[in-house]
Amino acid sequence: MAGGPSLMDSLFQRSLEDLIKGLRIHNLAAGTAAGTPESSTFLSKSIDEVRREIKSTDQQTKTTALQKLTYLHSLYAIDMSWAAFHAIELSSSTIFNSKRTGYLAASISFNSSTDVILLLTHQLRKDLNSGNPHEVSLALQTLSSICTPDLARDLTPELFTLLNSNKGFIKKKAIATVLRVFELYPDSVRVCFKRLVENLENADVGIVSAIVGVFCELANKEPRSYLPLAPEFYRILVDSRNNWVLIKVLKIFAKLVPLEPRLGKRVVEPICEHLRRTGAKSLAFECIRTIVCSLTQHELAVKLAAEKIREFLTEDDPNLKYLGLQALAAIAPKSLNAVVENKEVVIKSLSDEDVNIKFEALRLVMAMVSEDNVAEICRVLINYALKSDPEFCNEILGSILSTCSRNYYETIVDFDWYVSLLGEMARVPHCQKGEEIENQLVDIGMRVRDVRPEVVHVGRDLLIDPALLGNPFIHRILSAAAWVSGEYVEFCKNPFELMEALLQPRTNLLPPSVRAVYIQSAFKVLTFAAYFYFYPEEALAASISGVGESVHNGWCEQSSDSVSGQTVTFSEPDEGFNPRMLHQPQKDASGNDGKKMISDLEQVSSCSVKMGHFTKDCLVGMVNLVESTLRPMAGSHEVEIQDRVKNVLGLIELIRQEIHGCLVPKEEENDRGELKACEIVRVMHDAFSEELGPVSLSAQGRVPLPDGLELKENLSDLEAICGDFRIPVLSSFSLEKPRSLEKDVVTVSDQQNEEECEPSSESTSLLTEHRKRHGIYYLPSEKKEKVPNDYPPANDLSMQDKVNDEVDYLVKLTEKSLVPKKKPIAKPRPVVVKLDDGDRIHINETLPELKEDLISDAVQEVLLGNQAVASSSRTDKSDKSSNRRSRKETFRPLESNADSTTVEIAELGNKNSRRIKHRTHGKERSHRSSKKATGESDRSDRPNSSHPHGKHKSRQRADGMENVAAESPVIPDFLL
Amino acid sequence: MGIRFILMVNKQGQTRLAQYYEYLTIEERRALEGEIVRKCLARTEQQCSFVEHRNYKIVYRRYASLFFLVGVDNEENELAILEFIHLLVETMDRHFGNVCELDIMFHLEKAHFMLEEMVMNGCIVETSKSNILGPIQLLEKAS
Repeated sequence: MAGGPSLMDSLFQRSLEDLIKGLRIHNLAAGTAAGTPESSTFLSKSIDEVRREIKSTDQQTKTTALQKLTYLHSLYAIDMSWAAFHAIELSSSTIFNSKRTGYLAASISFNSSTDVILLLTHQLRKDLNSGNPHEVSLALQTLSSICTPDLARDLTPELFTLLNSNKGFIKKKAIATVLRVFELYPDSVRVCFKRLVENLENADVGIVSAIVGVFCELANKEPRSYLPLAPEFYRILVDSRNNWVLIKVLKIFAKLVPLEPRLGKRVVEPICEHLRRTGAKSLAFECIRTIVCSLTQHELAVKLAAEKIREFLTEDDPNLKYLGLQALAAIAPKSLNAVVENKEVVIKSLSDEDVNIKFEALRLVMAMVSEDNVAEICRVLINYALKSDPEFCNEILGSILSTCSRNYYETIVDFDWYVSLLGEMARVPHCQKGEEIENQLVDIGMRVRDVRPEVVHVGRDLLIDPALLGNPFIHRILSAAAWVSGEYVEFCKNPFELMEALLQPRTNLLPPSVRAVYIQSAFKVLTFAAYFYFYPEEALAASISGVGESVHNGWCEQSSDSVSGQTVTFSEPDEGFNPRMLHQPQKDASGNDGKKMISDLEQVSSCSVKMGHFTKDCLVGMVNLVESTLRPMAGSHEVEIQDRVKNVLGLIELIRQEIHGCLVPKEEENDRGELKACEIVRVMHDAFSEELGPVSLSAQGRVPLPDGLELKENLSDLEAICGDFRIPVLSSFSLEKPRSLEKDVVTVSDQQNEEECEPSSESTSLLTEHRKRHGIYYLPSEKKEKVPNDYPPANDLSMQDKVNDEVDYLVKLTEKSLVPKKKPIAKPRPVVVKLDDGDRIHINETLPELKEDLISDAVQEVLLGNQAVASSSRTDKSDKSSNRRSRKETFRPLESNADSTTVEIAELGNKNSRRIKHRTHGKERSHRSSKKATGESDRSDRPNSSHPHGKHKSRQRADGMENVAAESPVIPDFLL
Repeated sequence: MGIRFILMVNKQGQTRLAQYYEYLTIEERRALEGEIVRKCLARTEQQCSFVEHRNYKIVYRRYASLFFLVGVDNEENELAILEFIHLLVETMDRHFGNVCELDIMFHLEKAHFMLEEMVMNGCIVETSKSNILGPIQLLEKAS
């Protein structure tokens, strides 16, 4: 480091201003080091300059270099960690300006991983002890922004001294710094906390503001420890006229009140007073927030808050409107009335131009949803969704979906309506909620058996619309629609139409996974149709239970006009289709609605006579359709598709045989194979009509291990036994449920029929046994409520509401719905299958766990001190006032005597008044010997004494533990 | 920690001042600033001044060509922060005399000192303009 370059540098150094001008000339976009090549050269040239200059021995040159580097770092994100040492060097400069630059660079660029940071300790200590208040202030600012645990530990004594500084602005900064030091080095709480508390009584607004800010942050983390300080905060709440301070105090109370209800009674009046009096919106809003969050038991206060919220909402200022809506959302769970009163604004806000306000309004609208108004609200929202931008549209759909499905669809009574709403949502142009709608369609289909006809109806409407296939966002919904149509095909009015929809050419737009579902559904439909054809009597029996009948009609309509006149809607949709009933059709006749059924039966049987021929043609037609469509897909590269297509084609082979057999004029000698084919169709149909119910997550665990079951741990010898068997099993590679595998085999060979039937019947018996044992997991097999037929079709609602979705209209529309009303429920809510556990969402109940919070431990220790001892000498309440006065007296001399460093905290005189008394030792002591009433024997902790007091600490910590335990029942006297 | 960061950004989205009260790496800062600027600058005068971003609440206000953006905790009082921004602008106004973007560009250090006087460790510690400017004026007299 020769003098030469240094001199050159100082003479011709570019100043910070030159640098900035240069940057402007080169038009360097901030934050982008890589601008034009020219500008990045300028930047790297400048950094090279800085690197050279910063090594200079000349303070001024170095300072300027560091200034430039800091500038580049903060605006152009240039790394300056390499200059850390130079910053430390400059901080020790005697020139204040250089020192300042050094500290600024440090506070901007240092972090806990800066290794040279410890070198700063000495300089900081020196400056903290400096006689120049500006140096002290500089050091404090730096400490507060770069503090590390080591720095905190080493500089706590200095900080403690500064907490008593006679210069207001130093004291204030020391207080703000203390917060950071507490976090990093909780032991410092034991040293500094009482001085912090003393300052609550300070008359200087700035100091009180700083200290309240610190307590606000501390209370945010763990409020309980600060309950004993409530009297001090209360005094500030009542006395202070500074809005900044009041806002912070209100925040503290918002945290404290929930812990101590009696505190609420005390503070509610002053808070309301502030709310009435203040002209400052910020303070008013803080009062409102405190009331709606923490003081909801106080009706008058809530009412006042609601009034003020209304004022906020009627302002033109979007800020106030936004905050008003937020406050309304907070108040909603406790006082829905407040929301209802403002519904007009809320609904209007849904079309606000500010997306934040719209979201807030949407949240609020969703909070209003109840059993009575869910339909109207959803209708309004869907109308909004149709005309809003994609983002908000999906937000609306998402919140409808999540609100309605909450807690097993608890708000939904009319599931027919809800299912058709799901279908409607799928058609909203921007809809991207396919996955959620898919889940809910399937979920409702499984859980709510009464709604299945409607689910199938909605599914059909979606499936037959070729336009929908082009929208990738709703492929998932179509998948669900296909699944429900296949699974509950017995509710389908027109299987032929359904089959056409499932096989329409545009399905090639679907992803393979969805296509596989389509084909599987087609398989189910075909099975059902074949079954219907082969076993008309049983199908008839099924029709008695209200299922097959619709199919009859479907078939009739399909084939002949003469029968279509007899269209009968579902007479007993709620009875559902139960495979178990098939085996004992006679019993059904004794149903609750005997007469009607019989008449239905006659009707159906009368037309089923004619139907015989039509069905055959139709079945052949269907088989041909399926075959011609699926045959080309048998060679698909997608395993899922290929697999399923093969299944279907196998079934077709079988059916075709049978049909031709029937076409031949009845020769009594039905050969064996044909009989079998019928059998297989029946077995398959039975398999498909087994209910798929929701399964509890823990269901598997509840199945007891059968006695005879031995699970071999080592399966290696198994390999030897069935070595050649394994290969086909592996190669079949089927992801399908076992039953499709089974069918695969059926189609391969007829001889195996006997065995093939077995597993399914076996599984049925297993299932029945399982059902017996775990009945709760199954859908109830007996019929529940009857549904009156005159209930209006759910779809009508959505049909009615026309384009007329003016805001005012909607407001009017919601008018009625938002008022909690008790209309007679037209239709009982269908059973929603719930599992007792497992699929319940686990709400993590945040138990008030005792967190090992070091700060609050220390705080409690300091505040509660030897309370265990003190509580034995309990004095009566009359002592209270005098106690308070005496405390004030002891306080004043302390403040005047700022440089007295030995301060002792005398612990609470009695349990009731857990007050903190401060006393100075030494020369002052004699003056106040009369005051040393109770806490005399307390430990005298001299924090600033240089010797380590480890022994003390361990004892104190032990005390602290006791106090934490003893603390909860104790309440500050002022609450009483 | 009430205030997490303070940004001053011009209309073009260039950062003119950035003060963080928690440690973020340079890359994190850049990403954060980019996201926030994109989000806030696109908003119109008729929209409200509060934006939620990640776990911050951003309170911002525009003065001529300069945006003042303050990132705060969810607990913080938004209106108080708006008042704080206004106070900051008034303080700068008093010092620079009708403050503009260039003043902040060329006197970044001073702007930082003013902020340091007003906010420490994320807490607002000083709200009196003359108290804030006192040390700076003293310094200017001395040099």
